[in-house]
Amino acid sequence: MFAFVTITIFVCMVMIMIRLFAGPTLYDRVLSLNTFGTCTVLFIGTVGLLFGRPDFLDIALLYALINFVGTIAVLKFFRYRRLGDAPETQEIATSESEAPQ
Amino acid sequence: MELTITLLLFFALVTTAVAIALLRNLFAVVMLSGVASLLAALLFIVMDAVDVAFTEAAVGAGISSVLMLSTIALTARHEKIPTRSSLVPLAIVSLTGMVLIYGTLDMPNFGSADAPVQTHVGPEYIQRTPKEIHVPNIVTGVLASYRGYDTLGEVTVVFTAGLGVILLLGGIGRRRRRGKGQS
Repeated sequence: MFAFVTITIFVCMVMIMIRLFAGPTLYDRVLSLNTFGTCTVLFIGTVGLLFGRPDFLDIALLYALINFVGTIAVLKFFRYRRLGDAPETQEIATSESEAPQ
Repeated sequence: MELTITLLLFFALVTTAVAIALLRNLFAVVMLSGVASLLAALLFIVMDAVDVAFTEAAVGAGISSVLMLSTIALTARHEKIPTRSSLVPLAIVSLTGMVLIYGTLDMPNFGSADAPVQTHVGPEYIQRTPKEIHVPNIVTGVLASYRGYDTLGEVTVVFTAGLGVILLLGGIGRRRRRGKGQS
């Protein structure tokens, strides 16, 4: 049962990789990286249960956190062109008008 | 089952590497390198090296993607098509790979019980950690207590480097914005 689920998640990961390779726009790629991270979380969970070590589930939660923060960082970077400090209102207006790719 | 999963993950890792080499859109390359490090982290997890896997995922998929994206913002989004043939670099890379594989031939098999690590150091830590440190996780016990000074040194180095980068780059950003406000 767990083996079937693991293989299914792996097939999903391969399909996401195809979209990441082919994906025409930037947002396709950001979304596919985020979905790949989610699949990684699920894969860690099922692999832990498959090999009889369910203590890996905590680590899967940490991966979910990293995935979330990473996606936010990438998107914030493409919105404001820099990380860390807060953007100015003028810059938000200009970055909204220029459509990224 | 474990062998099947390891082979599948290695197959996906090699496919990702080939895709990275083929693509010219550097943003896609950054995303694919994040995928490659997540796959490497999964391989480490299948090999039970959970802490190494976590470092790989945090640094490879998290920090280095953001650093690469900052570099793309400063340079260009597309790679120039190389004019020279890439046969010599391919030969050098293949040769290095073969030398590395040759180097692993002398190593003990993965998880073998008669490896030098398992016969001398490992049992010592396993016997002494519960009595001396009272930490259920032996890896944590080794890192935080037996090699405590080593870890403290690493943390100091990372803290100093981060402080230096913040002092250097933070000052530049503030000055640039102040200059923009005046003009």
